[in-house]
Amino acid sequence: MEPLLTLDGIVKTFTQKRGGKRDVQAVAGVSLTVGRGETVGLVGESGCGKSTLARLALKLIEPTAGRIVFDGEDITARHGRAMLPVRRRMQAVFQDPLASLNSRMTIAEILREPFDTHGIKLGAALQPRIRELLSFVGMENTDTTKLPPQFSGGQLQRIAIARALALEPDIIVADEPTSALDPSIQAQIVNLLLFIQRQRQISYVIISHDLDVIGHVADRIAVMYLGTIIEQGPAAAIMGSPWHPYTQALLSAAPTLAARRNPEWKRIVLTGDPPNPANVPTGCRFHPRCHLARDVCRQVEPPLRPSEDGGRLIACHLAPEETAEKGRWIGQARLGMPAAATA
Amino acid sequence: MILSVRDLSIGFRRIGGDLPAVDKISFDVREGETFVIIGESGSGKSLTGMSIAGLQPATSVTSGSIRFKERELLNRPDAELRRMRGREIGLIYQDPLGSLNPVWPVGDQIAEALRAHGLASGAAAARRAVEMLDRVRIPDPARVATAYPHEISGGMRQRAMIAMALIAGPSLLIADEPTTALDVTIKAQMLELLAELQREMALTIILITHDMGVVAEVADRILVMYAGRVAEIGDADAIMRTPSHPYTAALMTSAMISEAEPKQQLNAIVGVAPGLGSFPDGCHFHPRCPLAQDDCRSFVPPLRRLGDVALACHHPVGSDTALMAEA
Repeated sequence: MEPLLTLDGIVKTFTQKRGGKRDVQAVAGVSLTVGRGETVGLVGESGCGKSTLARLALKLIEPTAGRIVFDGEDITARHGRAMLPVRRRMQAVFQDPLASLNSRMTIAEILREPFDTHGIKLGAALQPRIRELLSFVGMENTDTTKLPPQFSGGQLQRIAIARALALEPDIIVADEPTSALDPSIQAQIVNLLLFIQRQRQISYVIISHDLDVIGHVADRIAVMYLGTIIEQGPAAAIMGSPWHPYTQALLSAAPTLAARRNPEWKRIVLTGDPPNPANVPTGCRFHPRCHLARDVCRQVEPPLRPSEDGGRLIACHLAPEETAEKGRWIGQARLGMPAAATA
Repeated sequence: MILSVRDLSIGFRRIGGDLPAVDKISFDVREGETFVIIGESGSGKSLTGMSIAGLQPATSVTSGSIRFKERELLNRPDAELRRMRGREIGLIYQDPLGSLNPVWPVGDQIAEALRAHGLASGAAAARRAVEMLDRVRIPDPARVATAYPHEISGGMRQRAMIAMALIAGPSLLIADEPTTALDVTIKAQMLELLAELQREMALTIILITHDMGVVAEVADRILVMYAGRVAEIGDADAIMRTPSHPYTAALMTSAMISEAEPKQQLNAIVGVAPGLGSFPDGCHFHPRCPLAQDDCRSFVPPLRRLGDVALACHHPVGSDTALMAEA
């Protein structure tokens, strides 16, 4: 697949101002490529750096180290006006549409803003274009003189997606696009994102803590933990047989309805809280919560390496030898299928 | 029956007529069960839960009956309800930071529940607060008792709130979206903890949520609410295996994304739930319902019995209406 967006060794360090100046590495060396027309899903708990990574990819914030290449061009050092042609081609959708749309602008103003920002003069073609965008996201017959607070969350997310599509981008980065929505609306937005991709062949980076949504929309999944990617591969491989003990715990925490109703089913419960990036453990970052952890895990940080079969990238000293069988079991148990082996 | 709700209506006073938010709902909660109220924003699920604890907004008008252990709770004097809250009915909310006092150590806040009910005071209350923190599996409870809410993690705050809700020994716990804002791993911890505490303390739990996954895991019986009314109510297995109300069926589809063919369109229902004051005529769900017919647009469907469940629908999913009998 032709690469569209490449993140290469991205590091982002924030300096904590309170409680004694301390550096917090929110993203600690992440490399990730998004192909043309591909959907990459980023999953992980709060504080794992997934949203920071999205903002870095969009160049809303600057990386401390590393390179960002968009369509063959290094855009790491591009700023201000020099970024405009690139911005036009990469757009964002956020979790809370009411917060991401200016509530004092009418829907018509919100949807013309991208054209104004990029100096595109449509004249008489503007209103039909706005109608077309709204109808594309399933909002035909919308009164465009209304303000955002007059719409529901699901409707606003459609409007936010219409705005993101206005300039026909090559990629949309969506940070928790369905998390704030009611369940019957989540499915609508998932459908819309899939429909848009089929119509326009655009790429997505979709960030979510909802593994069901990620598993459904993503071609490839990257699992983040404390600022690093710990497992990455085709969606079917990650969902069907996770190798990293952390990926396994995440999948086990959110099984299907059938599995949850099954009294035999038992999840892996991770003890402790999501880790704090201000306090990174030595060795493998996950070792304090890992039930397999041993000396090597406490001392040596495992590199993200390709698996022997080339099917995925994995950062675990013990994978796949000690983890693959359990991963297969979790993949099946999660779908409520009879367990092939014991955990 | 620990709780019986009959024809509960909750409305908001407006010039030109009250706005109905909850419209004549009835249900029973059995002792020791986990009863889940599921619904979307605006369904009235939280209002219903809060009214059981006497915490509906002051601007609301309620009618009907809420009987808890044979005593009527609705429109009781505040002082009486305050005595019951904590002592007999415990409450936990979605946002633990918002329900803990930021300038008061966690242990003192938990002990306060004992002092307020005259169950213990001084050092005895403080000691029992630490014990309660231990019971909700907080490591190093003595240290956490002296910490301020902002000094402990989100997951710990959630546990501290549960400790506060349970320390005075209530028999009914109302949990309003207790896992919604949490990471999946922490959500899993919380569900396990609630299940353990339910066993240890013989609790009846009313859980209010929009998360079908949570429902699947803990529910004995389910009340599905839509736009202020009961859509379907009954045994959780029966409802989840064969949802009869088209709205329940839609919720199930949304919750079963993991079983759908990847990257294919999901079977989603159209439209959005109506807001307060814009409930349609007839069945409130009819504008979004794939099975709606003329009668749905004009007549409110009564709650009828169908096997192990009761539902309010003129044309249930995959069944012949002629087989239905009045409940």
